[in-house]
Amino acid sequence: MTNQPEPQAILQMRGITKRFPGVIANEQVDVDLFPGEVLALLGENGAGKSTLMNVLAGMYRQDEGEIYLRGEQVAINSPRDAAALGIGMVHQNFMLVPTMTVAENIILGLTEVPFVPDMQAVTARIKALANRYNLQVDPHAYIWQLSVGEQQRVEILKLIYRGAEILILDEPTAVLTPQESRELAAVLKLMTAEGKSAIFITHKMEEVIAFSDWVRVLQNGRLVAVKRTAETNPQELARLMVGREVLFRLEKQLAVPGPVVLELCDVHTRNDKGLPGLQGLSLQVRAGEILGIAGVAGNGQRQLAEVITGLRKATQGQMLIHAQDYANRSPLDLIRAGVSHIPADRIGMGAVGNMDVADNLAMKGYRKSPLSHLGMLQPQRIQEFARKMIAAFRIATPSPATRVKFLSGGNIQKTILAREIDACRDVLVAVYPSRGLDVGATEAVRKLLLEQRDKGVAVLLVSEDLEELLSVADNILVLSEGRAMGCVPAATADINALGLMMAGVSQPLTVN
Amino acid sequence: MRIVIEKRQALSRTALILTPIISFFVSLLLGALLLMASRVNPLETYAAMVRGAFGTWSNFTETLVKAIPLMLTGLGVSIAFRMRFWNIGAEGQLVCGGIAAAWVALFWTFVPEGLLLPTALLVGALAGALWAGVPAALKAYIKVDETLTTLMLNYVAILYSQYLYYGPWRDPQGYGFPGSALLPAMAWLPRLTGRVHYGVFFAVVVAFVLWFVFTRTRWGFELRIIGENQTAARYLGINIARNIVLALLLSGALSGLAGAAEVTGLSRRLQQGLAVGYGYTAIIVAWMAQLNPLAVLVVAVLMAALLVGGDQVQMMMRLPAAVGLVLQGMILFPMLAGALFVEYRLRIIRPQAVDLEPTPTAPEVTP
Repeated sequence: MTNQPEPQAILQMRGITKRFPGVIANEQVDVDLFPGEVLALLGENGAGKSTLMNVLAGMYRQDEGEIYLRGEQVAINSPRDAAALGIGMVHQNFMLVPTMTVAENIILGLTEVPFVPDMQAVTARIKALANRYNLQVDPHAYIWQLSVGEQQRVEILKLIYRGAEILILDEPTAVLTPQESRELAAVLKLMTAEGKSAIFITHKMEEVIAFSDWVRVLQNGRLVAVKRTAETNPQELARLMVGREVLFRLEKQLAVPGPVVLELCDVHTRNDKGLPGLQGLSLQVRAGEILGIAGVAGNGQRQLAEVITGLRKATQGQMLIHAQDYANRSPLDLIRAGVSHIPADRIGMGAVGNMDVADNLAMKGYRKSPLSHLGMLQPQRIQEFARKMIAAFRIATPSPATRVKFLSGGNIQKTILAREIDACRDVLVAVYPSRGLDVGATEAVRKLLLEQRDKGVAVLLVSEDLEELLSVADNILVLSEGRAMGCVPAATADINALGLMMAGVSQPLTVN
Repeated sequence: MRIVIEKRQALSRTALILTPIISFFVSLLLGALLLMASRVNPLETYAAMVRGAFGTWSNFTETLVKAIPLMLTGLGVSIAFRMRFWNIGAEGQLVCGGIAAAWVALFWTFVPEGLLLPTALLVGALAGALWAGVPAALKAYIKVDETLTTLMLNYVAILYSQYLYYGPWRDPQGYGFPGSALLPAMAWLPRLTGRVHYGVFFAVVVAFVLWFVFTRTRWGFELRIIGENQTAARYLGINIARNIVLALLLSGALSGLAGAAEVTGLSRRLQQGLAVGYGYTAIIVAWMAQLNPLAVLVVAVLMAALLVGGDQVQMMMRLPAAVGLVLQGMILFPMLAGALFVEYRLRIIRPQAVDLEPTPTAPEVTP
């Protein structure tokens, strides 16, 4: 085996170094990609995976190192250069125009499009490609009408339409349901069977195993391991990624639930488009208990969190905290009632990117002593508080005066968690708290939730990760179209039964 | 070689200070081209401008006279802009303040003499607050676009003031000139030197108070959060609508105070010359000062110098009036464009040394 010549690599990156002011994002990284294969790029948040791929896709220019395509050195100075060389990237945040159709988005920015494009021909070609790769999507649909999974298909179609031979996918499954993830894996199989290759960025070990032929592990911008996927296992990959053994199973003590703290009775809401959101949802969360909310994204999870935190009106029903009705009270009233909220949208809602870490940490406590006194902020106290939180929650920041937008996703989330947990008294609503976080940060987040539970807080955990719900929550309630499909204890929950409930079948069925 | 613009990791103090200075010199160069096109010597013209604005004590005091309303309206506008509320109604708020101050001074005979001036200034500020408060409430509670309402209310205020001094308030002893009667002396805002009135103290005090409010108070903290991210502000339990209205009341009050000070300190009657565009120039002052209250003071003086110097140039260099205004615009343009470099920086990327050796064959695969 070792003596056999390796097949000719389609892509080689050699000694790639990319520096940003104050940070080395990539240092001497090598990449080999073979035709018809999938390479997984594994690493924690901030390990430099996206930067490396942005270099390849022409978004950044490397400071050192060379890129070879089919053995020839190439210079990639722009995304257009990359596209011309057959390299395309699906970014984490999709680059689509919501008010235009699928077909329009696909030809947008193509150089050879005539002034009046022949949309029929374009549509026909899209349909043909969609059939070939099983990427079903209506070319006439507007982007805003599509689910996230469908939008991702459009992004992939866009690249194939442009003749991409090397596809780069930046955390493609972060936004997908398990079902959609499996479909994506099948699509990749079809494409690699034709000799196309793909690189995908991830920090999830299961995906490495499920999707890839090779895996390269990055840590702090450096390449630390290259493995054939068949010759490794999740445990080893996790260790390589974080540089230490990771607990996959959390040490969890049995919950000691107290009295009911949070109770919803027949709550109805409307979504932003005025359509029914929650439709008669009732639930109870006890002190010292974590209630997990499972469900496919968009089935009322966000609205549930918003009703509890005062951000959305309930059109009907009661929301009791310690048996007092708090439905339709202001967000401030609910903060005062001891409700903390870790929102799904970290940067849009949970933090103020242009303000510094210390300010962001003070955004709940600033109303009271010691952070303020008689309406005056106490800058020294705010700094002390920030340093305490930074240490306690291990927020990696150059200083308390760094603007939050310069932190990595995991550290922004830790900043929010620190603030919310410090202010939390009775109820903690956590929405997708570990989404997009690496193993280390995810573990930290889950531990913090359990700690709050053990302190007697009523925790509501919304997650799309069933594994997470099963390992962290005490009870799991499944939402589908704004209704509770059933509520089961996590210890005895069956993944298949949960799956059925998520699909809208109420009452857990016993599967033989 | 490529030049890229990239966002700065941290705010650079050097850039913050150097940028306006360099921009200013670029402005002078651009202005010089214009002046040469008008067949006058740019250096002479600039010298005339500087002399006009700062050359003599009396010229300098005139610059300060014009700087006072620019400072107060500039401070007012910068509060609104910090909230992303595009208050372009400072002109109308200023006029309202002037009308209200004149009204108090002329007709509120029940006010004890000693309190006449403070009352006039206070009512002037309240009138400005009201004039900004209406669009603010409309925006905060029913989402009416503030650029239109604040702009339109300017015309209402300006035309109403004209109605007053041409009509019911016209001075019977005024030989038919448009303008109200002279205010009673008890309502005159004292002057420091030349025509520089005490409004300059108000402006300086207000600037420091605002700086303190924004950096050191709970309310200022809330305003900063609202200005940066309204979704986050709502999530954090901050009452956005109420804070926008409060901030705009303050914003309007400062412009109203500017108008009240102009009427009681300068013209001492309500007459033409109150609405000369300070409220619009204030927008430029606020932006150039990057909404920093202390910087507003300095920028207001520079802008005033531009106004006074420009007038002087018209007279001394015999340039048409329009050239003076074009020159002012010419000078502003690079200053505003230059603000880019405070947040961003240019980086020059040199071409990488190209290997002249034959393209290397595929390097071996790392095991």
